[in-house]
Amino acid sequence: MSGALLQVEGLTAGYGAAPVLHDVDLTVQPGEIVAVLGANGAGKTTLLRTLSGLVRSSRGRVLLDGTDLAGTKVEHLVRRGIAHVPEGRGVVTELTVDENLRLGGLWRRDRADAKKALDEVYELFPPLAQRRTFAGHQLSGGERQMLALGRALIGRPRLLLLDEPSLGLAPKVTRHIMTLLRDLRERTGLAVLLVEQNVRSALSIADEGVVLSLGRVVVRNKASVLRDDADLRHAYLGF
Amino acid sequence: MSEFIYLTFDGLSRGLVYAAFALALVLIWRAARIVNFAQGAMAVAAVYVAYSVTNATGSYWLGFAVALLAGLALGVTVERVVMRFVDHSSPLNGVVVALGLVLILQGTLGIIYGNEYLPVETPFSRDAFEVGGVALLSRYDLFVIAAVGTVVVILTLLFTRTAIGLRMRAAAFAPDVSRLLGVSVGGMLTLGWALAAAVGSLAGMLVVPTELGLHPTAMDVVFISAFAAAVVGGLDSPIGAVVGGLVVGVLLSYVSGYIDVTVAPMAVLALLVVVLLGKPGGLFSSSKARVA
Repeated sequence: MSGALLQVEGLTAGYGAAPVLHDVDLTVQPGEIVAVLGANGAGKTTLLRTLSGLVRSSRGRVLLDGTDLAGTKVEHLVRRGIAHVPEGRGVVTELTVDENLRLGGLWRRDRADAKKALDEVYELFPPLAQRRTFAGHQLSGGERQMLALGRALIGRPRLLLLDEPSLGLAPKVTRHIMTLLRDLRERTGLAVLLVEQNVRSALSIADEGVVLSLGRVVVRNKASVLRDDADLRHAYLGF
Repeated sequence: MSEFIYLTFDGLSRGLVYAAFALALVLIWRAARIVNFAQGAMAVAAVYVAYSVTNATGSYWLGFAVALLAGLALGVTVERVVMRFVDHSSPLNGVVVALGLVLILQGTLGIIYGNEYLPVETPFSRDAFEVGGVALLSRYDLFVIAAVGTVVVILTLLFTRTAIGLRMRAAAFAPDVSRLLGVSVGGMLTLGWALAAAVGSLAGMLVVPTELGLHPTAMDVVFISAFAAAVVGGLDSPIGAVVGGLVVGVLLSYVSGYIDVTVAPMAVLALLVVVLLGKPGGLFSSSKARVA
């Protein structure tokens, strides 16, 4: 498949002797939202951590714009246009809101645009603008999610790896974040690989859905098809 | 009364050296979660380098500058060559390796320079000024205050006002997240060790001339006081290190002056016990926010 932003081929990875992921194939096109679904322990988080290099793969390839990411250091990924918002939101709780956000733009050469991106994030998330000097641990769960997401956006990524953004959030906040992702895609062509346990909200904005079970891709289809497939939902997604 | 004033000023001036040394311990603790037990030996090594340079050139200040650079270099070397490869799954591993470094450094220094106390000059007079018949501070004490004060100001600005400082703090608190945001966590760790070792060397340069002289174990007792200062202040807290250093310095001064010099180390331990019983994280710890 040519023109794919991210292409994953036969990816096998894990933490010890036993792999968590087995032979995973996956494609994300520019501007596409792909939801990775599955039960607890299906390997969703490990997939994202392997894509960004925090977990070493034992087999398979990860291609960004057709070039192999093997050997790219984790800290250089952000320069290639990949932003990973880890599970648990990854806010540095000891730093203030402003420091967290600035941290997201420190690597950028274009200081003027980094500053502009910072202002845009404050516009996008007014609660953050009101809490600039608050430490991360003083924020609510929803605010932390906004902060982690906003911080990723300051790098103006092309691909967002988003791990369980709805975890522990009120439905209203989750809806807000999902709407925001869809808007961002419309406005900036941002592609998202969205790992979610909240199947309903993930499929509500995704173009494609991939279902992981015990580290293998068991289903891959249009999100609209997955939404309507009752058997599949019962078998793998539990609703 | 005049004795009290004298002891207070003397304690504060010594306390500043402990503060600098404790600050070095805190820097490494924050960056790497290791109590660098080799810091005394590393600092002594830098002072020996300064001793050689000063003897060869006749310039105290050249030796002083070289000591700080030697500290930086030693910090980089220890982190890159040794500490990076320590398995940090148990906190004891780093401690044991650091103690091994102490033996290597002290043994090597003993072979090169011998195990006698070498006299070290101070750049300024150590005779105290008298104000109204009360001895207060010497020129050298003022130099110590200025030097430690400068370090505290520089470090504060570095950590709170610069991009490098922000990277260093983030890398220490959340290494994975920082890497995902493009921070070279390994580089920040090396920088942390370098800075800490340089600050430790400065403390060594300041304190050794006021003690018995230069010896491979010259910093051992200082290390104990500074370690106590760092723990009393809270190992995580730079402010705590400075306050802890001053408290320990003044305490040692009072105990030595009013009771006996030999009781002083026990007083430090007593302080440690009291603080740890009352506030286990240290006086200025903020570790409640992060459990893991």
